[in-house]
Amino acid sequence: MKNIKTADIVNIVSEMCIQANHYLSDDMNSRLKNSVNTEKSELGKKILNQLKENLDIADKEQIPICQDTGMAVFFVEIGQEVHIDDGLLTDAINEGVRKGYTEGYLRKSVVSDPIERINTKDNTPAVIHYDYVAGDKLKITLAPKGFGSENMSRIFMLKPADGIEGVKEAILTAVKDAGPNACPPMVVGVGIGGTFEKSALMAKQALTRSFDDRPSTPWVKDLEDEMLEKINNLGIGPGGLGGTTTALAVNINTYATHIAGLPVAINICCHVNRHITREI
Amino acid sequence: MEHKIQTPITSEIATTLHSGDYVYITGEIYVARDAAHKRMKEALDKGEGLPIPIENSTIYYMGPSPAREGRPIGSAGPTTASRMDKYAPQLLDLGMKAMIGKGKRNPEVVDAIVRNKAVYFAAVGGAGALLSKCIKSSEVICYDDLGAEAIRKLYVEDFPVIVVIDSDGNNLYETAIKEFQILN
Repeated sequence: MKNIKTADIVNIVSEMCIQANHYLSDDMNSRLKNSVNTEKSELGKKILNQLKENLDIADKEQIPICQDTGMAVFFVEIGQEVHIDDGLLTDAINEGVRKGYTEGYLRKSVVSDPIERINTKDNTPAVIHYDYVAGDKLKITLAPKGFGSENMSRIFMLKPADGIEGVKEAILTAVKDAGPNACPPMVVGVGIGGTFEKSALMAKQALTRSFDDRPSTPWVKDLEDEMLEKINNLGIGPGGLGGTTTALAVNINTYATHIAGLPVAINICCHVNRHITREI
Repeated sequence: MEHKIQTPITSEIATTLHSGDYVYITGEIYVARDAAHKRMKEALDKGEGLPIPIENSTIYYMGPSPAREGRPIGSAGPTTASRMDKYAPQLLDLGMKAMIGKGKRNPEVVDAIVRNKAVYFAAVGGAGALLSKCIKSSEVICYDDLGAEAIRKLYVEDFPVIVVIDSDGNNLYETAIKEFQILN
């Protein structure tokens, strides 16, 4: 049994909120910065260069990469041998968000009720997904999600007969409809299979996967490559103003599903695809 | 083509700008997004005046992150303009001449842009740190209780934007894509 104090969780989550909003992960950073080398549009190159400069300014001057510092989404893996004895884990995570978004000069973008829409002024509550795993570690992944791209995300309940061609069409439809609204070049997270909600969760989680960590199932890996090429052939380009860099990556996660269904969820993220993981 | 322009942006200025042009804006502009637009609409519905001088105004759709000490503003990139489509035609008819945001506009907004000889610019989405460097001052004008959604007056210098929809209704989002599209 390993005991973890809620105060440690609060501090770590707070640091994660600040860090995620000022620096991209190495794989995301280098892919965005390298994209200018292959972009064919002159205006597209100009925009990609501005995005490179934006990352440097965010780093050096501690200004958030994007003003939409997102709703804080967490994926938490709790080792079965972990014990938290001085409070609730959910409360500690929310306290960490409160502290990080306040002390880190991050925007408070959360309203307490979808219709009454009163800002909670501390960016809580977070959206937290828990999973129990073997071991004595607590692994926390934070993905602050901006809503320009979140609003363009889609879910399709396809028929088994639609097959892989139906999946490809669904992904292209979502990206085409998103166009300039989702701040391209985007990262496309896809969840195929499971149930209605499982596919959406997989699509979100796929956005947090490193580009170096490729799927082990051959058809999934091939589909990621094919869809990246097809999306970049759409012509949407950086900022949606035309070009050959519409997406930086397509990450697909899959799961078992029902004999009657083929759920496909597409969670679109802008080029500020923020995610950070810490293990306690 | 590149232009350097000074606000207020009038119809005379707007009609010299064409879809695809790169423009650097200097001068005063206003900031308003979803909640502020809703309140302005409610004020107009009640027969009250608007809290900002709308004639020849430029509105930037944006909600900044908080400013650190000694800085005018935090990260300050554009938000999705289509959420303001419901309100934009009325404001254009009242004299607003330019909008800065990102993303598509609906046909009613395009018609109102043409009717009023106005212009819709895009700033680069997700470049909030970079764009904040062109903002020299920021002052909350009203609706302070809305936090990041309050109406602000900014003074910007060489603020970089691209003309997406010009006063003739040309739309860069539609034309530019075709140039780079590879049909399979």
